Amino acid sequence: MSEYTAQDYKFGQPRWCPGCGDHSFLGALHKAMGELGVAPHNIAVISGIGCSSRLPYYMNTYGFHTIHGRSAAIATGAKLANPELTIWQVSGDGDGLAIGGNHFIHAVRRNIDLNMILLNNRIYGLTKGQYSPTSVRGFVSKSSPYGTVEDPFRPAELCFGARGNFFARCVATDMPAAVACLKAAAQHKGASVVEVLQNCVIFNNGTHESVYTKEGRSKNAIYLEHGKPMIFGENREYGLVQEGFGLKVVRIGENGITENDILVHDAHCKDTTLHLKLALMEGPDFPVALGVIRDVDAITYNEAVYAQVEEVKQSKKYHSFSELLETNETWEIK
Amino acid sequence: MTNSDNTQKVDQIVVRFSGDSGDGMQLAGNIFSTISATVGNDICTFPDYPADIRAPQGVLTGVSGFQVHVGADKVLTPGDKCDILIAMNPAALKTQHKYCKPTGAIIIDTDSFTEKDLQKAEFKTDDPIAELGITCEVVPCPITSLCQETLKDSGLDNKSIVRCKNMLALGLVCWIYDRDLGLAESMLRAKFAKKPDIAEANIKVLKAGYDMGHNTHTSISHTYSIESEGKKEKGKYMDINGNKATAYGLMAAAERAGMRLFLGSYPITPATDILHELAKHKSLGVVTMQAEDEIAGCASAVGAAYAGALACTSTSGPGICLKSEAINLAVITELPLVIIDVQRGGPSTGLPTKSEQTDLLQALYGRNGESPIPVIAATSPTNCFDAAFNACKIAVEHMTPVILLTDAFIANGSAAWKLPNIEQYPAIVPPYVTPDMREGWSPYKRNPENDVRYWAVPGTPDFAHRIGGLEKSAATGAISNDPANHHSMVEARARKVARIAADIPQLKVEGDEDADLLIVGFGGTYGHLCEAMQQMRSEGKKVALAHFQYINPLPGNTAEVLRKYGKVVVAEQNMGQFAGYLQTKIENIRLHRYNEVKGQPFAVATLVEEFTKIMEE
Repeated sequence: MSEYTAQDYKFGQPRWCPGCGDHSFLGALHKAMGELGVAPHNIAVISGIGCSSRLPYYMNTYGFHTIHGRSAAIATGAKLANPELTIWQVSGDGDGLAIGGNHFIHAVRRNIDLNMILLNNRIYGLTKGQYSPTSVRGFVSKSSPYGTVEDPFRPAELCFGARGNFFARCVATDMPAAVACLKAAAQHKGASVVEVLQNCVIFNNGTHESVYTKEGRSKNAIYLEHGKPMIFGENREYGLVQEGFGLKVVRIGENGITENDILVHDAHCKDTTLHLKLALMEGPDFPVALGVIRDVDAITYNEAVYAQVEEVKQSKKYHSFSELLETNETWEIK
Repeated sequence: MTNSDNTQKVDQIVVRFSGDSGDGMQLAGNIFSTISATVGNDICTFPDYPADIRAPQGVLTGVSGFQVHVGADKVLTPGDKCDILIAMNPAALKTQHKYCKPTGAIIIDTDSFTEKDLQKAEFKTDDPIAELGITCEVVPCPITSLCQETLKDSGLDNKSIVRCKNMLALGLVCWIYDRDLGLAESMLRAKFAKKPDIAEANIKVLKAGYDMGHNTHTSISHTYSIESEGKKEKGKYMDINGNKATAYGLMAAAERAGMRLFLGSYPITPATDILHELAKHKSLGVVTMQAEDEIAGCASAVGAAYAGALACTSTSGPGICLKSEAINLAVITELPLVIIDVQRGGPSTGLPTKSEQTDLLQALYGRNGESPIPVIAATSPTNCFDAAFNACKIAVEHMTPVILLTDAFIANGSAAWKLPNIEQYPAIVPPYVTPDMREGWSPYKRNPENDVRYWAVPGTPDFAHRIGGLEKSAATGAISNDPANHHSMVEARARKVARIAADIPQLKVEGDEDADLLIVGFGGTYGHLCEAMQQMRSEGKKVALAHFQYINPLPGNTAEVLRKYGKVVVAEQNMGQFAGYLQTKIENIRLHRYNEVKGQPFAVATLVEEFTKIMEE
C-alpha cells in the first residue's frame, strides 16, 4: 500500500479552459501517483510549451516547465544526471510531434526511462487554433482555412518506428483506464509512451467524439489487456481475429465463431506487427484500441550508460583527475 | 648522438611539415614537438587542416600542414613563418612556400615531383621553383625512394612502406636540429603498440632520414641546437592542445565541486574533440551523451543541470545559434551550465576548420530578451584548462549559464603544460539549500551578498518546487505577469551577473607602464599580441598589452586601465566586436581598431607594422 494519496501530489489551481481534457488527465495523474507511492520529492515533471505543458505547475512535485519541443531532451539529461528520479515528461501533439518530433523519436529510440505523456487534441490551443501534426487531412483551422493538404502523424507509428517498447492509449476523461495506463507506464522500465486522447472544447471540439463518452467507447473502442481475448461491443459481441496480413472484426456466435477463435492480446510480444495493427485501428470499420498495446522489457539507456561507467571504472586504473594526468606522456624538467 | 662542429646554437626555430592530408604530417609534427619539449624547450604548435576529409591525392585542397615553434625560452605563438618547410609534394610546395622565411629552407620530396604530380598541383611549367618565384634555399631529397630502399627487405607491401615516408622527413629534421631519436622511437613504439612491425619500419625510416642528413649533409650547411638549460619552471610537463585542456578543466572542476560531470553534445568541427576526450574518461564518472542535434545537446545539459550535475555542452559555428533558446532557459531558471563555443569561421557553415573571434556578440547578446550571461575567453591552448575550470566555478557558484569562448586556433594548437596540482585549485561550492531554509523558502530567494538563488536539487525532501521559462514572482516563485516584478527580475538577473566581477581577477597590464600605445585583445590572440608587444619594445618603443580573459563582467579596473593610455588599439579577429562592446561599457573612450578576419592566426610582423603606424599617426 502506498503511503500517499492523490492529494499529496496536488498543487495550485489549474487554469485550463472549463471542460478541457487536461483537467481530467491531471486528476488521473494525481490518482496514479497516489497509488504508485513514489515520494513527491523524488518525482520531476518536465514539460514543454502548450496548454498541456502547464501541468507541472499543478503538481506538488519538482516541476520544470521548459521550452517548446525540447522537454524530451531535457528530461533525458535530467534522468541521466540522476537516474533515481522518477520523471514524467508531458507534452502535446504540437510540442511533442512537430517542434519536438526529433527529440521524441530519439528519446524513444534510446529507451531512456521516462514516462512520456502525449496529450493529443489534434490542435494548437495556446496559440488559438492552428492545425497540428496529428490533425486529419482536410482539417479546417485558422492556419488552414481551406483544409490541410497533408497527412497526420499517427503517434503509435512514430513510437514503433523509433523501436519503442511501450505504448498505451487512453481517453482523458476515462479515469480508471487512464490511471491504469499511467501506472503501467510508470512500472515499465524504459521510454513509456502514453497517448492521451483529449478534447479541446474551444478550438477542436469533438475531435475524439466517437470514444470520448462511456457510451461511445462501449461501441467504438476496445480495451486491450495482456492475456485477454480481444472482445468488444456493447454486449461484448464482437472480437478481433487475424485474417491474412490483417485484422478482422467478427461477431461471436456467427459463422461458427466462438470466443476461442478470438485473438488473445500479447503486449509482451517483441515483434511490433500486430501491436501496430491494433494501434492503427480506427472507425468505422474497427474499434479504437485503448489500454496497454505494447509493453516489452529491454535494457534502458540510463542503465546501459551507468553499466558502462562501472565497467570502465573496473577496467581502467585511473579514477581521479590526478591519476588521469599521469596517464599522459609526460616529461620532467629538473 | 651529437652533430659535427657545424652546429650553431639558436634561441628559436620554426618548422612546418606539409603534405597530402594522408601523408602523416600531423604525426611527424607532433613527435618533433614532443621530443623538443622533452629536452626542456618551449613549444607552440599549429595544425592547419584542410576542410576536406580526404581530397584526391596531390591536389591543392588536400594539403595538411603542421607548424611548430620551438624556443629555448618561452614561445607564445607557432611563429609567423618557418625556418624549415617540408613539402612532400608540389601541392604542398605551392600552397605552403609562402610560410617559409626568405632565410629558411624548403625540403622537397623529389620523387613526388613528376610531371603528373605537377599537373595535379596545377603547375604550368616543369620548374615549380621558378614558377613560384621561390628565392629561399630548396633542398631536394629523394624521400619516397629512400624510404622504399630502406624497407625493401621489410616484407611490408609497397603501400605500407610509402606510408612511412613522413618518418624520413622527420628523421632529417631531427638531424638538422640535433634532436634525440630515442624519444621518437619510444613514441612510435607506443603509438603502434599493436603493430610492432609497423613501429619498427617507421623507426628504421626515421633513422635513415637522420643518417641521410648526417652522411650527406644533404646540402644544408648548418645544423642547429636549441638549449633551454634551467629556463623552464621545474616540474612534470605534457603536451596539450586547447580542446583537451578544456575537457581536463571540466573534469577537474567536477572533482573540486563533488558533482557529476555531464556533457551533452553534437559532433561539429572543431569542437568535437572535447566530446571525444570526455567520452573516454568514464572511469572518472563522466557521463557524455551524443545528442540527436545541437539543440538536444544543450537541452539535455539543461536537464542534467536541473537534476544536479555539473552540466556542459560544447559546440562551434552554427551550433551556438541552435543552442540559444535552451541557454536562455538556463538564464531564466538560473541553473548552472557551461557552454563551450570553439569559434570557427562564419557566417553559416563558413570556414569550419579555420579560426575567428566572430561569435563574441552572439555569446554576449544572441538571445531573446534581457539575458545577461558571463562570458570567458581562453587565451591559449594551456589556458583553456584554467578558463574551463573557472567557467564551471562561476556557473555553479553563481547559478548561471556561462559561455566559454575558445577558437579553432587554440583548440587545435598545443603547448607544453605543467601538470597542475588540483588540490591547489579552489573548491567549488554549489549554493545548495539547507534544511534550516525550509521556512518561507521560494526558488528565487537570493543570497543578499551576491544575488545568487539557492539551489534545491530534485530529490531534496521538503523543497519540491516548480520553475520554468515563464517569468516568476521574485517573492513566491509562482508565474507572474506583474510589470514591476518583471522589471525587478530583469534587474536581479543583471545584477547577479555584474556582481561576479567581485570574484574575478583585475585586468593586468604587461609591458611599459608609461606606454605610448596600449594593445588590447581578448581570447586566443594573446600569444600573437604579446609577441608583437615584445618585439616593438625590443625596437625601443613604449608599448603595453592588456589582454582580457573575462569579457562579461569585465574586470573591475577595466575603465581605469584603458583611460590611462594616450592611445589604445583593440586588435581582434572580427570586425570590431570587442572594441564596440568596450565602448558601450566605458563612456567616451577612443579606441583604435585592428581587425582581420582571414581564418588564420594573426601574423606578428603584420601586427607590429600596423601598431607602429597607429603610434606614428
